[in-house]
Amino acid sequence: MRARHSYDAPMDHAIVADGLVKHFGDVHALDGVSFSVPAGSVLGLLGPNGAGKTTAVRVLTTLLRPDRGSAQVLGVDVVAEPQRVRAALGLAGQYAAVDENLTAGENLRLVGRLTHLDDKVIASRSATLLEQFDLVGAADRLVRTFSGGMRRRLDLAAALVHQPPVLFLDEPTTGLDPQGRLDLWTVIEDLVATGVTVLLTTQYLEEADRLADTIVVIDHGDVIAEGTPAELKARLGATVIEVGFRELADAERAATALATVGAVSVDGRTLNVKVVDGNGATAMLELVRVLDTSNLDPSSMLLREPTLDDVFLDLTGDVATDDDADADAGTEVVSR
Amino acid sequence: MTTFTGDLVVPSAREARPRPLSDSLSLTWRNVTNLRRNPQLLVFATIQPVIFVVLFRYVFGGAIDTAALNGVPYVDFLMPGIFVQTVVFGSLTTAVGLSTDLNLGLIERFKSLPIARSAVLVGRTIADLIRNVFVVVLMCIVGFVIGWRIHTNAIEFLAAMLLIIAFSYSLSWVFAFVGLSVRDPETAQAASFPILAPLVFASSAFVPVSTMPGWLQPWAEHQPVSVVVNAARALTAGPETLEPGTSTTQLVVTAVAWIVGIIVVAAPLAVRKYRRVA
Repeated sequence: MRARHSYDAPMDHAIVADGLVKHFGDVHALDGVSFSVPAGSVLGLLGPNGAGKTTAVRVLTTLLRPDRGSAQVLGVDVVAEPQRVRAALGLAGQYAAVDENLTAGENLRLVGRLTHLDDKVIASRSATLLEQFDLVGAADRLVRTFSGGMRRRLDLAAALVHQPPVLFLDEPTTGLDPQGRLDLWTVIEDLVATGVTVLLTTQYLEEADRLADTIVVIDHGDVIAEGTPAELKARLGATVIEVGFRELADAERAATALATVGAVSVDGRTLNVKVVDGNGATAMLELVRVLDTSNLDPSSMLLREPTLDDVFLDLTGDVATDDDADADAGTEVVSR
Repeated sequence: MTTFTGDLVVPSAREARPRPLSDSLSLTWRNVTNLRRNPQLLVFATIQPVIFVVLFRYVFGGAIDTAALNGVPYVDFLMPGIFVQTVVFGSLTTAVGLSTDLNLGLIERFKSLPIARSAVLVGRTIADLIRNVFVVVLMCIVGFVIGWRIHTNAIEFLAAMLLIIAFSYSLSWVFAFVGLSVRDPETAQAASFPILAPLVFASSAFVPVSTMPGWLQPWAEHQPVSVVVNAARALTAGPETLEPGTSTTQLVVTAVAWIVGIIVVAAPLAVRKYRRVA
């Protein structure tokens, strides 16, 4: 599945990236990335900041030419026939790219005209989308009066005016509040139900877990893992024991002591102990004994299935939070 | 190469072909609507030249020796210069507008749509042209109120206005390139001023070139702003304003050559920049 060249994607794959290479000076944004997305499914593209996610999306949406490698959307080459690819894709980016000084309706109409739809079609599509995205009441309001969540919904609606069969969502919920995120997830799920193929990049692993059929993890411009969310979690091992401490010093001391039980990762005052073999309950008993012997007093203990965050941490050695890309996302820690 | 055999239909190359005219019109509409929705911007953009007209007319007007102007009243000498100055600085709008769109991700959205690659820039420059026509008409009215008079005829007057508008349009393409080359709208503004100031002030816009130091005169006489100002001046204030050895026709031809030359060089550069920027 990870061959660098002559990537043989099945014939019915809607998006195919084959050995994509893109360097910006010394920065290897993409270093031979290959993956494909079956028609009608959702691919979650994950990776730490600067891993090359956005570069991959830019190449696939014809905004950037790859240095090497090729890519097709619905079998059409993105470099050779960019206009055909553009006519078939919808792109909703990290920033809500809607015109502040137009109304919601005018924004949709503009995209309708630029995708060369008939006026009648534009009118009916706009009406449908405003309804679908709960923007009917705001149709004639200037976008500069909109909340962040409304802008995001309009941005996504604008990407859908011409009913593209393939949709690229580059961090669609970054900066949204939890309710806004849930709303947008429902909308995306509805779209997928209509058969749209989606490529989604996100820093929220919960989002990928919920929406994606397949996940591709990239780091330093290279694919480092791919599979369904369940497969990726299974790869990691059976169980994770989460132990919380009141003092940072205790957490650090415990991290050393607990290395005999399993692989330990530290996240502030919380330790995640990955138990690879044996059963979780036995490991928990062992863990309690070690803590007792070391005179360590935990504030909480939890035995749980691994999440995508654990997988991510294991693969990249990095917590999947966003440090500088979007101030709105701020200090938000990946939810569990 | 992978052949897609799913149910989904990709638009044919014919269906997905760009439509330069309609795409440019749609984007012009978008930019003009933006302008209408920001009346404050338009008001302040027009107040400034109006103030210039009034200030130059009454503050500097008395200091200028009309003998150096071959008897032409200073206000008649000045107005073409103010017009050109206004549209030249107005072309900054093109740079700031494009830079803003770029920063907001709008250019990226437009680039992901099946539109003509020139449409975003044509839509922007045409909208700025419409704005310039509006500003020029307003300034004509103010000029007439404070005593500006046409010494020629209606056709030459219209020709002068057309020349000024066309010159502003050519500069819009230069600043389209600038706007796409810088990081943000503030930089666009800061980067544009050093290009514009020597063009506008070391020119025949406000004072006769003969009053300038000798080393500056060759530049001031032949640079495009002066050529356009001199042509517009000859067309409105009459041939008395001409330097010896030149004619109105010759100046107009040179001005048109500059305008065409600037567009021919700047437009392809700007479109090239647009294609590469992301």
